[in-house]
Amino acid sequence: MNKTLRRVFSYARPYLIFFVFTVVFAAAGVALSLAVPIFIGETVDCCLGRGEVDFARLKKTVMTLSAIVCASTLFQWLMSLCTNKLSFMTVRDLRADVFNKLERLPLSYIDRRTKGELTSRVINDIEIVSDGLLQGFTQFFSGIITIVGTLVFMMTINVKIALVVVLMTPLSFVAASRITKATHNYYMKQSALRGDMVGIAEEMAGNQKLVKAFVYGDRAQERFAAINAEYGKIGAKATFFSSMTNPTTRFVNGLIYAAVGLLGALGAVGYSTFVGVMSVGRLSSFLAYANQYTKPFNEISGVFAELQNAVASAQRVFDLLDEEEIPDDSGKDQLTDCNGELSFRNVNFSYDPKIRLIQDFSLDVRPGERVAIVGPTGCGKSTIINLLLRFYDIDSGTIMVSGRDISTVTRDSLRSTFGMVLQETWVFTGTVAENIAYGAPGATREQIIAAAKAVHAHGFIKRLANGYDSVVSEDSGLSQGQKQLICIARIMLMDPPILILDEATSSIDLRTEQRVQQAFSRLLEGRTSFIIAHRLSTIKNCDTILVMRRGNIVEQGNHADLMARGGFYAELYNSQFAT
Amino acid sequence: MRPLLKYLRNYKKELIFGPFFKLLEAIFELIVPMVMAKIIDNGIANRDSSYIITHSLLIVLLGVCGLAFALTCQYLAARCAYGFGTELRAALYEHISSLSYTGIDRIGTGSLVNRLTNDTNTVQSGVNMFIRLAVRAPFLIIGAAVMAVMIDLRLSLIFFVVAPLISVVIFIIMRRTIPMYKRTQHKLDRASMLTRENLEGTRVIRAFSRQQEEIDEFREAVDDIAASSIAVGKLSAILNPVAFMVMNLGIVAILWFGGGRINTGSLTQGELTAFTNYMTQILLALVVLANLIVIFTKAFAAASRVSEVFALLPEENGTARPDFTAENIIEFRDVSFTYAGAGDGSIKNITFTLRLGQTLGIIGGTGSGKSTLASLIPCYYRPTEGEVLVSGTNVTAFDLDYLRRNIGYVPQKAVLFSGTVRENMRWRKSDATDAEIISALKTAQAWEFVSRMPDGLDTVVSQGGRNLSGGQKQRISIARALVGAPKILILDDSTSALDYATDLALRKALRSDLPDTTVVMISQRTTSLRDADKIIVMDDGEAAGIGTHAELVENCPIYHEIYQSQMNEREGGSNE
Repeated sequence: MNKTLRRVFSYARPYLIFFVFTVVFAAAGVALSLAVPIFIGETVDCCLGRGEVDFARLKKTVMTLSAIVCASTLFQWLMSLCTNKLSFMTVRDLRADVFNKLERLPLSYIDRRTKGELTSRVINDIEIVSDGLLQGFTQFFSGIITIVGTLVFMMTINVKIALVVVLMTPLSFVAASRITKATHNYYMKQSALRGDMVGIAEEMAGNQKLVKAFVYGDRAQERFAAINAEYGKIGAKATFFSSMTNPTTRFVNGLIYAAVGLLGALGAVGYSTFVGVMSVGRLSSFLAYANQYTKPFNEISGVFAELQNAVASAQRVFDLLDEEEIPDDSGKDQLTDCNGELSFRNVNFSYDPKIRLIQDFSLDVRPGERVAIVGPTGCGKSTIINLLLRFYDIDSGTIMVSGRDISTVTRDSLRSTFGMVLQETWVFTGTVAENIAYGAPGATREQIIAAAKAVHAHGFIKRLANGYDSVVSEDSGLSQGQKQLICIARIMLMDPPILILDEATSSIDLRTEQRVQQAFSRLLEGRTSFIIAHRLSTIKNCDTILVMRRGNIVEQGNHADLMARGGFYAELYNSQFAT
Repeated sequence: MRPLLKYLRNYKKELIFGPFFKLLEAIFELIVPMVMAKIIDNGIANRDSSYIITHSLLIVLLGVCGLAFALTCQYLAARCAYGFGTELRAALYEHISSLSYTGIDRIGTGSLVNRLTNDTNTVQSGVNMFIRLAVRAPFLIIGAAVMAVMIDLRLSLIFFVVAPLISVVIFIIMRRTIPMYKRTQHKLDRASMLTRENLEGTRVIRAFSRQQEEIDEFREAVDDIAASSIAVGKLSAILNPVAFMVMNLGIVAILWFGGGRINTGSLTQGELTAFTNYMTQILLALVVLANLIVIFTKAFAAASRVSEVFALLPEENGTARPDFTAENIIEFRDVSFTYAGAGDGSIKNITFTLRLGQTLGIIGGTGSGKSTLASLIPCYYRPTEGEVLVSGTNVTAFDLDYLRRNIGYVPQKAVLFSGTVRENMRWRKSDATDAEIISALKTAQAWEFVSRMPDGLDTVVSQGGRNLSGGQKQRISIARALVGAPKILILDDSTSALDYATDLALRKALRSDLPDTTVVMISQRTTSLRDADKIIVMDDGEAAGIGTHAELVENCPIYHEIYQSQMNEREGGSNE
C-alpha cells in the first residue's frame, strides 16, 4: 500500500510546487478560519449589557474579524486552485502514460483481455485515484489541521474543558468508523448486486427482440424480478446506514456542545476551582470550536474508505504499467526497398506452450506470388499473419522478408511493407475521408475519392448525409459490408510491396464483391500477397495454397496439384458446389 | 413524472411520516441555541447552577430525541425510495417486455437498458432526498429567520440581506458550472471512446505504424480534459469560500449592530450568540438546498425519460391459435413495409405463397430487404400495406406468443446468453430434455464440438459468448431454434461464419431431421438455395424475381448474374 501511494505521489512530483502551496494555503486558510470564533467571542465580550458596550474595542475587533474572514476566504480559494491543478495534471500524466503503455504492450496481452476491462483502467480507475488519493489528501490534511487547531484554541481558552472534549473524542471516532464500515460493507454488496442487475438488463432488455422471438419474456422477467427485489432490500439498508452519518454526528456534536455549555456556564458562575473562570464571549467561542472539532472525524473516516478503493485502483493501473513491453527496436535497421520476397524456415509457434500449433513450417514465396491460406472455421489461419507482421514472435526458426530476418529490423519498417485488410473491420470515430486516408494522412480529396470509387464505395458514401465528411464510427449505422469497403479503400491509397487480405470481402454481398475483386486484381498485380478466404473460388488462381486444419498445415501446393491429390482441399473445394 | 407517482402508492405512510419526523428534528435543532442563550442569560447572569444543569440536560434530551427522529426519517426514506424504485423497475421491465419491435426501435435497446438501470436509480435517489431534505432545508432557513425576527426584528434585517445574497452567489456560480461539468464529462467520454477504439484496432494501428499519432491524439484529449476540469474547478472553487465569507461578514454585521442594540438594552448577550448561530445554520441549509435542486433537476429529467417508455403502447395481441396444417402455410398478399420514421419503403408489393413443408430461399444484396421480409412472418413488424397470412390466418390476428412459439428463428448475429449451453438450448422450450437438446445440436452440426468440451452441455457460456468462436456460436444459435421441432424455421443468413462443408452438412441434416418443418432461408450463397422450392430475389425492396432455381436462371437477370459467376468459378475449376 505504501509503495503504491509513493508511486502515485511520484507522478505528482512535477507539480510539487502546487503540492507545497496546497499545504501552505490549507494551513493558513484553516488556521485563519479557526481564529474567527475567538474574535467573535472577543466581540461578544465587548457587549456586556445595556450601557456596557465598549465601542472602541468593538470597532477594532470587528475590523480585525472582517480582515481575517477575507484572508481566510482567499487562502481557501487558492488552496482549491492548487489542489485542482495538482490532481488534474497528475491524472493527465498518468492517463497519457497508461495509454502510451497500451501501444507498447505485446498483442498477446491485449488479446487475452476484454477491451472494456482495459478501457476501465485508463478511465475509471484513474478517476478513482484522482478522487480518492489526491482530493482525499487535501480533505485529510485540512481535517487534521482543523482537529489540531481547534484543540489548540480550546486549550488556550480553557484547558480543563478542552480535556473533557478530548476525552469525548473516541465517541465521535467510534461512531464515525462504525457507520463507515457498515456502510462500506452494504455498499459493496449493493454494487455487486447492481452489477448483476445491469448484466441481466443488458442481456435481456438489450436483446429484447430475441427474447420476444423466443417467447422468453416471462422467464426473463422472473430472473429480473428476483434480482431487483434483492437489490431493493440491500440498497435500502446501504442507504439507511450511510444516511445515519449526519444525524449521528449532529448528536455527538450536541453532546459535546451540552457538556461544554454545562462546564463553561458552571465556570462562569463561580465553580472556578474546578473549571476556572470564563467569560460569556469565551464560552461562545469555545462552543463554536466544540462544534467544528467533531466534523473532521467523519470526513477522515470517509477518506479512509475512499483511500482503500483508490489504492486498489492505483494498483490495477500500476499492474498494467508494469507489464512487460515489447522491447524497443528503434536501434535496429530499417527494412527498405522490399522486393516482395518472403520465406519461412522451420518455424515453430504456439500461443500456449501446452498446445502445439505451427510446427517446422517452411515456405518460399517469390516476389509477386500469391499465397492463399484455406481451412475450416477456426483452424488458425490468421496465426500466419500474426507471425508475419510480428504481432506475435515465433518460438524458433526464421522468417525472412526481402532476404532479411524480420527479427533484425524494426517492427514499424517491417509492417510498413504490408498492406492489410482484416475480417474484423475497424472504423474509428472520424469522417469517412479520415478513415480512408488512415494509412496515407497526406492524401488529397481526389485520391481519396478515387480509392473509394475503385472499391465501389463511392456510391454509398455519396448518399451519406455529409458525403466524405460524414462522421462514422463502429456503431454509426454503417453495415458490416460498408465498413469493410472503407477498410479496403484504405489499402488502395497505399503502395505496399506485400498485401494481406484476411477474409477481406466476407461481409460484402456477392454482386459488390465481384466488382471489388476486379479492383483487387489490379492492386495485386506484381505484388506478393497472402489471401485468406472461405470462398475457395476466389483463391483458385493463387500460386501456392496452404491448407490448414486444427492449427497445422496439412497440405501445400497449387490448386491443380491439390485437386489431383484428392485430399482435404479437394473435399473442401467440392463441398461448396455440392447441394 | 405523473405516471410514475402511482408506484409511490404503497408508501404513503413513509411519504408523510418521513418528512414529519425530519421536521421534528429540525425544530429541536432550532431550539438548542435558544436554550443555550437562556443558560447564558439566566443561568450565568443569576448564578443559578441548578438552572444551568437542568438546561444542559435539556440540550442532551433534545439531542437524543433529534437523533431518534432523524434515524426514523432516514429509515422511512430508504424504505420508501427503494420500495418505489424496485416496483418502478419491475413495472418498467414488464412494460419493455410488452413492447413491439417498432416500440423497441423508437427508443433503442441501449437506451432502454440505460433507462431501466440508471434512470430508475436517479429517480429513486430523488425520492430518498425529497423525504430527507426537501422539508428540512427550507424549514431550517425559514425557521432560523423566524427565530431571528422573534429575537430582534431590526437586527434580523441583516438576515434578509445575507440569505438572498448567498442564494444569488450559489445560483450564479452553479448556473455556469453545471454545463461546464457536463462538457468535461463529454470530454472524458471521448477519451474513453479513443481508448476503446484504439484497443479494438490494435492490429490495424500497428500494421500502419500509427502508434505515435494515436498517442498524440489521446494526449490532446487528456490535455483537453485537464484544461476543462481546471477551468470548472477555478469557478466552483469560489463557491464555498465566498459563501462562507458572505456569511461571516453577515455575522460581523450582526456583532457590530448587535453591539449597539445591546448598549440600548434591546438585546442580551445570549441572544446575540444565538443570532450568530442561526446565521451559520442558514448558510448550511442554503448549500444543502442548492445541491437538492441539482438532484431534483436530474431526477425529473430521468423521470421523464422513464415516462417516455411507459408512454409507448404495448404490442397489440390477437387471439387466433390455428393449427399449422393449412396447405398454404405462408402467404404474402401485396405486402409493403416501411420502418417508422423512414422515408422509403423497405419492402414493396411482395406477393407469394409457400406450401407446408417447403423451403423458401431469399437472396439479394446488402440492404435489399431480405431480413425485413422474413421478420414479417413472426409478426415482429406489422405490414404497412397488404396482408401476411400464416396457416391461412392473418398474423395480426394471432395470439403472438403462440405464433412465435411455433416459429424457430435464427438471427443474423449469433447472440448467446450467460449460463450453460443447456440453459441456452432451453430458450425455446423450457422443459426440453437432454435427448431433445443433443438431437438439435446434432442437426446444427454443433454436437461434435460441444461433446468434446470438458463440461459438455454444462459448459458455461460467458456473457456474449466470448469463449466460443464465431462459427461455434452460430451453430449453437441454430440448434437453439431447432429444439422442439418448430413448425416454421427462419434462418436469417445464419451460416455466414460456417465453411462450405459444414454448411452443406447442416442443410442435409435439416432436411432429414425436420422433414415437416417449413423453412425460410436467407443466404448470400446461391448454392445454399439451389434446392429451395421457391426463391425470392430481392432488389431494393422489390422482388426482382420469384421462382425455382431453374426458372430464375432463365428469367431473372440479377439471379442469372450471380449464378453465372458461380458457374464460371466452377467451370474454371474443372478446366484446370
